Amino acid sequence: MSFVRTTASVAILAAAATAAGAQGRDQVQVAGSSTVLPYANIVAEAFGESYDFPTPVIQSGGSSAGLKLFCEGVGENTIDIANASRPMRPEEQKTCADNGVNEIIEVRIGYDGIVFASQTDGPAFTAFEPAQWYKAMAAEIPQDGEMVANPNTNWTDIDPSLPDAEILAFIPGTKHGTREVFEEKVILAGCEASGAMEQIMEINGGDEDAAEDACMAIRDDGAAVDIDGDYTETLARIESNSDGVGVFGLSFYENNTDKLKVATMGGVAPSTETIASGEYPVSRPLYFYIKKAHIGVIPGLKEYAAFFVNDQVAGQGGPLADYGLVPDPELAQTQQKVEDETTMPDPS
Amino acid sequence: MTDMPDDRGAGRSAATSTASIMRPDARTKSRNAAEKRFRAYGLGAIVIGILALVFLLASILYRGLPAFTQTYISIDVALPAETLDPEGNRDPAEMAKVITFGYAGLVDDAMQSALEARGIEVEGLNDPGVLISKQAPAQIRDWVLSNPEAVGGTERFDFLATSRIDQYYKGAVTMESAARDSQISPEQLQLADILKDEGMLTRKFNWSFVTAPDASDQRPEAAGLGVAILGSAYMMLIVLGLALPIGVAASIYLEEFAPTNRWTDIIEVNISNLAAVPSIVFGILGLAIFINFGGLPQSAPIVGGLVLTLMTLPTIIISTRASLKSVPPSIRDAALGVGASKMQAVFHHVLPLAGPGILTGTIIGLAQALGETAPLLLIGMVAFVTEYPDAPPEGFFDPATALPVQVYNWTQRADPAFAERASGAIIVLLVFLAIMNITAIVLRRKFERRW
Repeated sequence: MSFVRTTASVAILAAAATAAGAQGRDQVQVAGSSTVLPYANIVAEAFGESYDFPTPVIQSGGSSAGLKLFCEGVGENTIDIANASRPMRPEEQKTCADNGVNEIIEVRIGYDGIVFASQTDGPAFTAFEPAQWYKAMAAEIPQDGEMVANPNTNWTDIDPSLPDAEILAFIPGTKHGTREVFEEKVILAGCEASGAMEQIMEINGGDEDAAEDACMAIRDDGAAVDIDGDYTETLARIESNSDGVGVFGLSFYENNTDKLKVATMGGVAPSTETIASGEYPVSRPLYFYIKKAHIGVIPGLKEYAAFFVNDQVAGQGGPLADYGLVPDPELAQTQQKVEDETTMPDPS
Repeated sequence: MTDMPDDRGAGRSAATSTASIMRPDARTKSRNAAEKRFRAYGLGAIVIGILALVFLLASILYRGLPAFTQTYISIDVALPAETLDPEGNRDPAEMAKVITFGYAGLVDDAMQSALEARGIEVEGLNDPGVLISKQAPAQIRDWVLSNPEAVGGTERFDFLATSRIDQYYKGAVTMESAARDSQISPEQLQLADILKDEGMLTRKFNWSFVTAPDASDQRPEAAGLGVAILGSAYMMLIVLGLALPIGVAASIYLEEFAPTNRWTDIIEVNISNLAAVPSIVFGILGLAIFINFGGLPQSAPIVGGLVLTLMTLPTIIISTRASLKSVPPSIRDAALGVGASKMQAVFHHVLPLAGPGILTGTIIGLAQALGETAPLLLIGMVAFVTEYPDAPPEGFFDPATALPVQVYNWTQRADPAFAERASGAIIVLLVFLAIMNITAIVLRRKFERRW
């Protein structure tokens, strides 16, 4: 009877499945930041081509999501590497330790610039200062000794030298590591540079932490739009709003220079050179984190990490630099760190 | 409504003066007009539907069809022994130590010498090697490692052209956009035109779009759907292997054997409810049960298959029960009357007659599962996977992606060439869906019996 036969074959299938499941995993599994993702893809592809190990599997999802998966525990059904566009936070390291992930190797692969770009045919947004961005984005700004809701609606309200266009900025959503860098290196820096920080401290009686929080509170009246998706979504918004200004990663901009024009920040144009030298103010380091307990268990894990930070890959003129990564001047130390499997110090 | 009697009275008086069925009175006219209006609304609704479909298909085909052809550059590459085989003993194991990036220089050299040999000069041209895909070094390395004796000679290769050149011939890149573009310069496009005249650059049908694995952001021209198609096929096998027997067994029991009481009522209501549960809920369930609790690997078709099985089961059960119900009771009664047991009556008579209906329901359920994305996002199927999974059953546990997920993945990549490939992937997905739905219709037409 065919029904019985089907049932039997399903039983066989299930049995075979259980047997196969008992075998070890033989490829490296990575998850995390969507900023690091293209670099990790390039390295994984070349790694699979050049070595006998299987090509690592790279998932995206954001720095925080990746680190959360990473800290779930040790074992073959947890990931081996988390990509992150910001350093791991102490509380994340503590969660990791609570779940048995004690020994973590931190690997810095290089730097990434954050650029401010708009439509090529749009208003002439060619030069910005952090202070201008603070005044455009803050929820409340100090005025005559008290905090008032941000009255600026046009870029010319902030500075007459800016183009006459409505303020409309597409900034990364809060789940992105890029948002943190944007708030700290642009908004907070602008808040301090414009003198607003001092005024806020006068108003609130000298509470510095509260003043910083007040500086970094972003307006929610529609002038600042959070983008929770990827840069492709920001690009699509820019293409349909000629007045819009978007926040992008340097590598994304470099792949779309025919559609976007970039603005200088503090008088410096973003490029791999100005970011490496530290002249361009808005940049951040990129990392990945390795579970030391998995080295020797998952084949190719250490080799993948070593290959990633190899001079031929992450160094000057390598494929990652071609794609927009700013090479780390201290790459040799990172290579040594991977070689020695140096773990992160205990947070406490 | 209150003036109805008056109205009717007026109609009657009109009828007495000009009584003729040949000449419609006012009320008949208004009824006929209402009917005409209703027909026009219906026709309008259908026209809007068809227009939307045509617009959708046309835009997908317009954007996606170019992905099926690709520009290739054919060029002679010198394979110098000193860089490819520093030890000099032509041992593939030794030669494998030269990694892919070590081959990158060969492509640039090959391009330079090809230009010199043909006397091609373009003013202001730099870096002519950019025209060739970054996939090329890997292609040379693979070939050299399987033909180590060829080192030291020259070999002709067909390389993919870089995506910007390819897009130039598809109309997406122009001389103006190239002037602003950091990836390509107008001079390089001029060179491409010269190569085309020389016959070195050709546009061919691109099978590798369907067969090759995904590629990184640096070589969009090499990205293909191979892993995604395999992953989707594996998941469909699992769904078919699990959902069909479970679904059919459950429906036969509920329809033919189960007593009608409060419990079966509750089960019935729950099955209908399950069919309406948003699919992402099944993804959360799959993550919690199969991966975190069951210890199954991430990104594996087995987990995707199990999740989609849960999602498809209600569809299959509902359609199977409907087709069992449509078998007339006289068939059961006849079988039981000549002494068949209940089970014999079901399996020998009712089930074969309900078969076409069950198959149709299953295929439609499978088609629904094939296009499902949301639950797969949560179980790690949105991943960069460049290695084909093994043959089943081991392959069920290897990482893979799925067709709809690959579309989602490609729309998020930075390089504009991926947008075209995403539309191409949608075409492939639609073709599979169309094949499945047509099979379902043909089966139904062929085997359906009416009583």
